[in-house]
Amino acid sequence: MPAAVQVNCIEPNGQRVKVLISDGWSLMQGARAQGVQGIDAECGGACSCATCHCYVAADWLARLPPPGESETQMLLNVAAERRAGSRLACQIRVTAELDGLVVEFPERQV
Amino acid sequence: MSGPFVIVGAGQAGVQIAESLRQEKYEGPVTLIGAEAHAPYNRPPLSKRFLLDRPELAALAIRGPEALQRRQIDLQLHTQVTAIDRQSREVVLVDGRRISYGGLALTTGARLKTLPLPGAQLAGVFGLRTIDDALNIGAALDHCLSTAAPLVVIGGGFIGLEIAATARKRGIEVTVLEGLGRLMSRVVAPIVSDAAARVHVAHGVRLLFDVRIAALEGRLGAVSAVRTADGQLYPAGCVVVGVGVNPEDSLASAAGLECERGIIVDECARSSDPLIVAAGDCTARRRADGSLLRLESVQNAVEQGKSAAAALLGRQRPFTAAPWFWSDQYDLKLQMVGLSQGYDEIVTRGNPDQSAFSAYYLRAGKLIAVDSLSRIADHMNARKLLDRGLTPTAAQIADEAFDLGSLLRA
Repeated sequence: MPAAVQVNCIEPNGQRVKVLISDGWSLMQGARAQGVQGIDAECGGACSCATCHCYVAADWLARLPPPGESETQMLLNVAAERRAGSRLACQIRVTAELDGLVVEFPERQV
Repeated sequence: MSGPFVIVGAGQAGVQIAESLRQEKYEGPVTLIGAEAHAPYNRPPLSKRFLLDRPELAALAIRGPEALQRRQIDLQLHTQVTAIDRQSREVVLVDGRRISYGGLALTTGARLKTLPLPGAQLAGVFGLRTIDDALNIGAALDHCLSTAAPLVVIGGGFIGLEIAATARKRGIEVTVLEGLGRLMSRVVAPIVSDAAARVHVAHGVRLLFDVRIAALEGRLGAVSAVRTADGQLYPAGCVVVGVGVNPEDSLASAAGLECERGIIVDECARSSDPLIVAAGDCTARRRADGSLLRLESVQNAVEQGKSAAAALLGRQRPFTAAPWFWSDQYDLKLQMVGLSQGYDEIVTRGNPDQSAFSAYYLRAGKLIAVDSLSRIADHMNARKLLDRGLTPTAAQIADEAFDLGSLLRA
């Protein structure tokens, strides 16, 4: 059983939810399966829809591997405001180093 | 209408309705009934990543059972609904139990088309719709790999081509037999079909067009080859049939709801019974011009699901956004938005020879659809252009130096 990593999610209504996500899962898979609100993830994690847009807290951003080319292009046209911390949750692999990660999900995904 | 609300079908659309009811602050009883034993899961990965590295099933979850429970959504899995009793406002389960509804949502999905051919029932012949199908195909591909037996895919549509690509990645010999003259012909233009075909051939897939299948041949009850009408024999360790689906409207149709290859709904997801809504693959949406639109996509399930939940609560939330779809085959990312039927002009952007381009479909000078091959920014811009009814000029489309996104900011 892989170690579980704690992620602090802030839902669109401001509600804070702590979830435990297995090491190796994507942030999108883990957060959505556990009922975190504000994620549509219509493509199921293929980096094809930009509906798992999230804002990674500033102090965590530099600790993530940077977005790949596909993700960068998808981020060009996300539905909610694009900010410095904008990422696609399906492209963030949860690892032990991310224990305590803080991410916020926007008001709209489409 | 008022609760209790019962949702028949625990796929993408069903889960969306349940969740949206809660988001809309409905706090009464919600029952979500699924025929499969698995908690609601994502289907798109089944033909792709899932067949490659078989992740744990829980990683496919749309919502885990606990997450649904926390929202007081009563999830009843492995439960077959056999009838809708509109008179008494109840659904009837296979064991005779009845569940009352104040409002009913049908999200029954689609069922696979099968081949009316000798041998279609042999072991080793699969269609792909469910996790169980994918597990069976995964095991059959393992067997193909260990015995150096080829996979034969019948049907050059999205599912067939995605499975072909996955099998090639695993090093399995693949033949695709297509009945028409090109790939994905129902959806994309010849220029896109041709580009996809080149990619598959470059990855070692044997592609055959205009093929008439005569029979599937077996040995000891298991498929061993596909025989075509011209007498050719294609050896097969297993066969995947990807020839499309039919909307699963049998419950609705037996209950007397208006159906025509799909449960007919309006753009707010309302059926011909004021107490019943429907969403996703099982529907045929009546458009303003009277025509029926059948979409098989996650976007359709999610957006119609939101409309259906609103309708159950007596609100109107029409779904009118441009439909979009995607398919991943090898490194080729195919993204489509809009409906290209009836186009009279195509303008391309990018390089069709290198399989990185977009095809812009116009009808009477108006943009109606865009297919993009590994051109993500084009696709994302196209979604917004179509939703706003904007049409770039042919020169703007063809000129890669021109930022089509600038039209959105104008």
